[in-house]
Amino acid sequence: MKILVCITNVPDTTSRIAFINNDTEFDKSGIQYVIGPYDDFALARAVELKEELGGTVTALNVGEAYGDPVIRKALAIGADDAIRINSFPKDSFFVAKQIAEVVKKGGYDLVLMGRESSDFNGGQVHGMVGEMVGLPVVSPVMKLDIENGKAKIAREIDGGKEFLEVNLPFIAGCQEPIAEWKIPNMRGIMSARTKPLQVLEPVGDETRISLKKFSLPPEKGEVKMIDEDNVEELVQLLKNEAKVI
Amino acid sequence: MHNKFTNFRETETTRKSRPMETKVERQAIKGGEFLIRETLPEEIFIPEEFSEEQKMMAQACQDFIDKEVFPYQDRIDNMEEGFMAGLLTKAGELGLLGVSIPEKYGGLGMSFNTSMLIAEVIGSAGSFSTAQGAQTGIGTLPILYYGTEEQKQKYLPGLASAELKTCYCLSEPDAGSDANSAKTKAVLTEDGKFYSITGQKMWISNGGFADVLLVFAKIEDDKDLSTFILERSFDGITMNEEEKKMGIKGSSTRQIFFNDCKVPVENLLGERGQGFKIALNVLNIGRIKLGVAAIGACKHLIDLSVNYGIERKQFGKSIVEFGAIQHKLAKMATKTYACESASYRAGQDIEDKIDALIKEGMDEQQAKLKGLEEFAIECAIIKVHGSEILDFAVDEGVQIFGGMGYSAEAPMERAYRDARICRIYEGTNEINRLMLVGILIKRAMKGELDVMGKAMAVGKELQSVPSFGNGQGGGLFTKEKETIKNLKKIILMVAGDAVQTLGVAMKDEQEILMNVADMMIEIYLAESTILRTEKLVALHGEEACESQINMSQLYLYEAVDKIAIAAKEALASFSSGDKQKVMLMGLKRFTKTELVNTKKLRRQIARKMIDNKGYAF
Ligand SMILES: Cc1cc2nc3c(=O)[nH]c(=O)nc-3n(C[C@H](O)[C@H](O)[C@H](O)COP(=O)(O)OP(=O)(O)OC[C@H]3O[C@@H](n4cnc5c(N)ncnc54)[C@H](O)[C@@H]3O)c2cc1C
Repeated sequence: MKILVCITNVPDTTSRIAFINNDTEFDKSGIQYVIGPYDDFALARAVELKEELGGTVTALNVGEAYGDPVIRKALAIGADDAIRINSFPKDSFFVAKQIAEVVKKGGYDLVLMGRESSDFNGGQVHGMVGEMVGLPVVSPVMKLDIENGKAKIAREIDGGKEFLEVNLPFIAGCQEPIAEWKIPNMRGIMSARTKPLQVLEPVGDETRISLKKFSLPPEKGEVKMIDEDNVEELVQLLKNEAKVI
Repeated sequence: MHNKFTNFRETETTRKSRPMETKVERQAIKGGEFLIRETLPEEIFIPEEFSEEQKMMAQACQDFIDKEVFPYQDRIDNMEEGFMAGLLTKAGELGLLGVSIPEKYGGLGMSFNTSMLIAEVIGSAGSFSTAQGAQTGIGTLPILYYGTEEQKQKYLPGLASAELKTCYCLSEPDAGSDANSAKTKAVLTEDGKFYSITGQKMWISNGGFADVLLVFAKIEDDKDLSTFILERSFDGITMNEEEKKMGIKGSSTRQIFFNDCKVPVENLLGERGQGFKIALNVLNIGRIKLGVAAIGACKHLIDLSVNYGIERKQFGKSIVEFGAIQHKLAKMATKTYACESASYRAGQDIEDKIDALIKEGMDEQQAKLKGLEEFAIECAIIKVHGSEILDFAVDEGVQIFGGMGYSAEAPMERAYRDARICRIYEGTNEINRLMLVGILIKRAMKGELDVMGKAMAVGKELQSVPSFGNGQGGGLFTKEKETIKNLKKIILMVAGDAVQTLGVAMKDEQEILMNVADMMIEIYLAESTILRTEKLVALHGEEACESQINMSQLYLYEAVDKIAIAAKEALASFSSGDKQKVMLMGLKRFTKTELVNTKKLRRQIARKMIDNKGYAF
């Protein structure tokens, strides 16, 4: 089983978000990066599948060198080697293009990634890659097993559960509870430094989205707590103060 | 997952300038020498220099605790059957138990400072921290350092993986601080194949589930202890119920009875009569690790306090906006930062010493023991300081939580109880204070440290006209460094004169020994803090290090007063007349400092923590 796991590096959830250059650029100074939470699930499942079925896990990241610690964490968790496409991930199309190149050349049985990243939450990359390389795509995937060369998938849908079967190779956008996040063990961390990390230059620079401006969400206003028995007061306030009814 | 171990992100420039990577040969620093020697910032290791890999390990430990320990504190404290042992097994799977065990025995053979970093992170985990410490420290290291090849092969891999749990049985009902007075006896059986052990041990951490027991006992009428490796399956071992304790309730603590327990002679660990030495040497490590564990606990408490303080509103404001609360938070952080600075400085000094001894051809385990012995003073300092700042922090933590601090619903109540043990075990803080001064005096007498020469020089200086204009240059910490020099002179003056005046009788003047210990602790901490910040500023500039600079100034400012009080107490008790007058004048001269606007500095530190929602340094 040859598995490719695509990982993004996203700002740690407790980061302070700020913008620079007239709000056209995210301020990276002082930001700590972590593996995208959904990608982390994908990686965990990939490592489990490797342990079950044998094979290799390759971690792929489209990003600049500042994300290398995140890649080494993936190696510590259990990826055998890693590829970094040396470019800022400009937009979903650009990233998908880079991944597609790797997928085409690599002959992977399985391409796993998070169902979306937790920074831009585009949720488009898996679909685009599928289109570019002509492979089936399923997202979100909440349970994934490989039996007799086929992927058995389960996921929750409105009002029930869906069970799917897909031929390999295919592309999955993963989310919990596909696996539990893995904490790298000490030995894994020590061996990460000797595992290969290949840095490749990007193919083309076409993008489909141009970023105009960032803005922070408006500050939350004061919250008034109203006793549950006091419906009248609530109505009063909604009418006279908030003026919404 | 939240990444904690990344304060100053490594940039290309900082990485290149990291002294660790280029392996600058540090001057061979001697233990205790800080008192008589000026140390340069380049000579110390600072935690900001931990590598990406070390930080990843720390983060993995943190993730483990966040996932496996914090959500289950009640189950742990209720001593749910098998839970703690299970946690140790999981920790073993992650490699957290084999950190200090060489690879050939199934461990990871990591550097000393890495093992300190891991102890720090686990330090916030209360009962689990004690269980892990007993397993990896006092329960494992005697075998590692003193075991025969067969003993190491037999036990270490299991201890690293947690397949075998272990405990350290030294204390007895009548032998606590005075451990060498233990009564447990070992008698050689007639066939010469076994030692029969009989006696009672008390307060044994991990006792309830340990498979391997390191037991200290006296062979026949020996004056000194010997150490034995026992297995739970041997006949003649019984135990009492779990001890009911104030805190770390989830940590198993048992009385263990040995009744004609037959131990194969090959299970004698080290040589006959070497037990007390083993006990003491292993405690050096336990002590410094306990100190760093306290730092981890402090950081956790600070995070909790800051976040609670932000959420909790009174009089229309978050309580962290009140100066009184900011004052507390800044004090907690300053002490923590100081202790951290000293711990990793000492940790690296130990590591360097070990490396140097190995280079000289010493066996690796011997080198570790010798390295730690060399820095026994620093180990004791960090144990005492860490445990005491933790008690300070947890007390203020409860206060910041107000009523919720007193409620078992919130985490502070448990933390408050859990913290208290640190001043008692691994040698009480009194014993540690006595010991660290004892070692200093011994080394001074032997001429290993030129304390007496330096003390005499201070005496001369006291006779001369004070030189003014010192410390005037405008650079960062110029004045503070002058103050540090002067504080060291005070210690030399007081300790030197006390030894001269009292001679051997000094050992019975414990109050004075405590005064000297307090002064030693404060100077080591204050100096380490300044040096760390100085090094940090060289890497990142003053602006980025504003809080660190403020904390360094604050720590020193308080240290001056503490040292002055201790010195006065001591001087009043053993000196008199003109001599006393001269020394008091010296004291005045050496403690002269300018007023510091502590309010302003503390507010800045607190603001930084509020903005960062936790300990941010
Ligand atoms: C939760 C817990 C876990 C423990 N785990 C272990 C373990 O795993 N293995 C183990 O062997 N032991 C363990 N201990 C024992 C611990 O190390 C001892 O409690 C400690 O060394 C103090 O001994 P003691 O209780 O007999 O107090 P004592 O020695 O009776 O001391 C009482 C007081 O007198 C002071 N004192 C004693 N002698 C002097 C002196 N010469 N000068 C001045 N003051 C003095 C002490 O500082 C203290 O304040 C544990 C204890 C506890 C509470």
